[in-house]
Amino acid sequence: MSELYRKISSNPFTISLDSIPVLDYAGFFDQTVLMMKDEAEHCAALYAVEMSGAPRLFCCLANDNDHCFRLYSTELPRERSTVPSLSKEIPQLHVFEREIHENYGVVFEGHPWLKPVRYPHYRADRTSVMDNYPFYSIEGEELHEVGVGPVHAGVIEPGHFRFICNGEKVLHLEIQLGYQHRAAEKLLSESRNGISRCVMCDNIVGDTAVGYALSYAQLIESLSGTLPATSLQIERCIALELERIAVHIGDTAALCADVAYQFGQVVCEALRTEIINTTQFWCGNRFGKGLVRPGGSNYMMNRKVVDKILQVLEDVGKRFAAISGRIYSLPSVLARFEDIGCVTRRQALDIGAVGMAARTCDVRRDIRWSHPFQYYGESSFEPLVFDTGDVLARGLLRAEEVRESTELIIELISAWNNLPAGNSGPDYNLSLSPDSFALSLVEGWRGEICHSAITDKSGNIIHYKIKDPSFHNWMALAIAVRQQEISDFPVCNKSFNLSYCGNDL
Amino acid sequence: MYKEIKILRQHGIQYVKDLRRQPVSELFRGRPVISADITGKEIEIVSSLCPSGAIDDKSGAIDLGRCVFCRECEFCLREKIRFTNDYRIACSRREDLVISPGVDTPLRFDGNVVREEIRKIFRRSLKLRQVSAGGDNSCEMELNAAGNVNFDLGRHGVEFVASPRHADGIVITGPVSANMAEALRLTYEAVPDPKVIILAGTDAISGGMYAASPAIDRRFIEEHHVDLYVPGNPAHPLTFINGILDLLSIA
Ligand code: SF4
Repeated sequence: MSELYRKISSNPFTISLDSIPVLDYAGFFDQTVLMMKDEAEHCAALYAVEMSGAPRLFCCLANDNDHCFRLYSTELPRERSTVPSLSKEIPQLHVFEREIHENYGVVFEGHPWLKPVRYPHYRADRTSVMDNYPFYSIEGEELHEVGVGPVHAGVIEPGHFRFICNGEKVLHLEIQLGYQHRAAEKLLSESRNGISRCVMCDNIVGDTAVGYALSYAQLIESLSGTLPATSLQIERCIALELERIAVHIGDTAALCADVAYQFGQVVCEALRTEIINTTQFWCGNRFGKGLVRPGGSNYMMNRKVVDKILQVLEDVGKRFAAISGRIYSLPSVLARFEDIGCVTRRQALDIGAVGMAARTCDVRRDIRWSHPFQYYGESSFEPLVFDTGDVLARGLLRAEEVRESTELIIELISAWNNLPAGNSGPDYNLSLSPDSFALSLVEGWRGEICHSAITDKSGNIIHYKIKDPSFHNWMALAIAVRQQEISDFPVCNKSFNLSYCGNDL
Repeated sequence: MYKEIKILRQHGIQYVKDLRRQPVSELFRGRPVISADITGKEIEIVSSLCPSGAIDDKSGAIDLGRCVFCRECEFCLREKIRFTNDYRIACSRREDLVISPGVDTPLRFDGNVVREEIRKIFRRSLKLRQVSAGGDNSCEMELNAAGNVNFDLGRHGVEFVASPRHADGIVITGPVSANMAEALRLTYEAVPDPKVIILAGTDAISGGMYAASPAIDRRFIEEHHVDLYVPGNPAHPLTFINGILDLLSIA
């Protein structure tokens, strides 16, 4: 069989819609199965767009080893077609097929689990409602079910967790999401206003505001053929790494809180405050909202900001190294982290885990390295990998990534020092290339954030698609808690810290 | 133990001593000031560029209940609009969040509209249940931060609790997604009387960037009396804390 796809080596990229091969469904199916047997390949995007009455499916695979994308498509004969499910062969596609099913009513025959993803207001089946989610259940006198949420005990986002337990032991966890659905993709697809769109992207997943704004900015710049100045690229990488450091330290605090190690919690909380206040010093917002814009920046980095960043990183770096050294050498903490919530390498590959969840299971998957964007390709960055797949690995990876990101920022700043200062403001009216498909990936602190858009013949965006890393990784949490004590759920959950609004969009 | 003492020494004193007057960085986006001589033409320009429709196209007033603090109006019209770092912008009445051109005075917290029982019963202890209803997780993180080692809202007896049954009121974040509307209502009903409603963040106050979304359902908010509005994107811990202190008349 000859392979029919476009091979693309840049991130972000824009190509004309005409040049994307359209396969018949059988060819699409076979090609996907064949290519995805390569464990380095994972699905960056698989989504449907309604084009002239019937859904067209675009599939974009990303390869960890050859650093390329492969893009191809198929046209379904009509809405609500029935086609064979790919998930049977390639389990990681289960959630993509579920989404297409939910939005367009396409039936994937043989799908093991064709359940709702987020109950969007535009779902194909209006009779499917939050209250009648088809939970998996097991009959048995010894078994009981535990339901948690949507409103949780802590101050966090809503979602429902349904456990099937045998005594204290979890046999199965099913996660029902959708409570956070605000139709972000729809609003982005319909908006004709450049300012609105990027302000919207600051407000989709607030804990990853920089990552989202950067995915958007890159995408728009790619669609308009704009190349950001090198100094601006560096500034964006610095902002993204600051976001990573802040969340990783904050999550370390939360992990300590879950195992009642209050000392670690309090020290880490204070350190996180230092980092987010530095971001606020730079741009006036602790989460970096408004910091990244297409075409330029409203908050060009300057000497004052650089000095502040360097000074804070030196101080926080030292203090965080001391406390994390302490946390991960205390037997009482280790007993709660070690061998808890394990995900194996095979499982991670099967579910298409990305970001931190992949890198703690011996899977070298990091977009900064495999599909470098902005200035990462010119930096010395190399992904860190752990292989035990447990809560401890997810904690240690955070600690190590804080150290690595700190070093990376120092390296980026010395490169920035040698460059002429850029001084252009953002451009909200970039004209976009018509009849095109564009895709942009950014490695946020959770993992890869994918933004993708399709334009019409006048260069207007007609379809906007977002994929949060959590879209892949919620399954990792469900797997991690199997055969665990239910009392270990909080610490497992915290160790992933997945996004609800990023899933629900 | 020795190691911990060393860490503790580096840690130093972290808590904010004066929650009323803690300085924040210059660029923090708080209360805006609009020049009195802003022209009709200029108002037209900024009100049409404002992504959340926060600027009145006639008066030029900025509604902090809608403003998402993107600062784009200031970048467009630097001589006429300026965001100050005044974070004390929480109010007890919705209309007090509207800032007219020419006004450069702190926002007024009208204590007269606060129900007598709130002060009487909750002044020494206010337990809150948080409900995120389509929040983007930044407001939620700031509410957590309000209780952390730095801001330590617990010193005033104000805390977030795990169950609505233990709570004296709810703090809502997010524009209220339709898929959360029912859970929000049930949580509120589970809180014993008397109870307060606090809206934290612009999303909760007006829907923010999602005000026009077909996937939100704001009936709960329209049908209930709100005791405290805390603007911001997200609401800064100090904005939230100062609002609470005003609500409870704690100096
Ligand atoms: S800062 Fe507020 S008023 Fe100004 S443009 Fe942004 S949302 Fe509108």
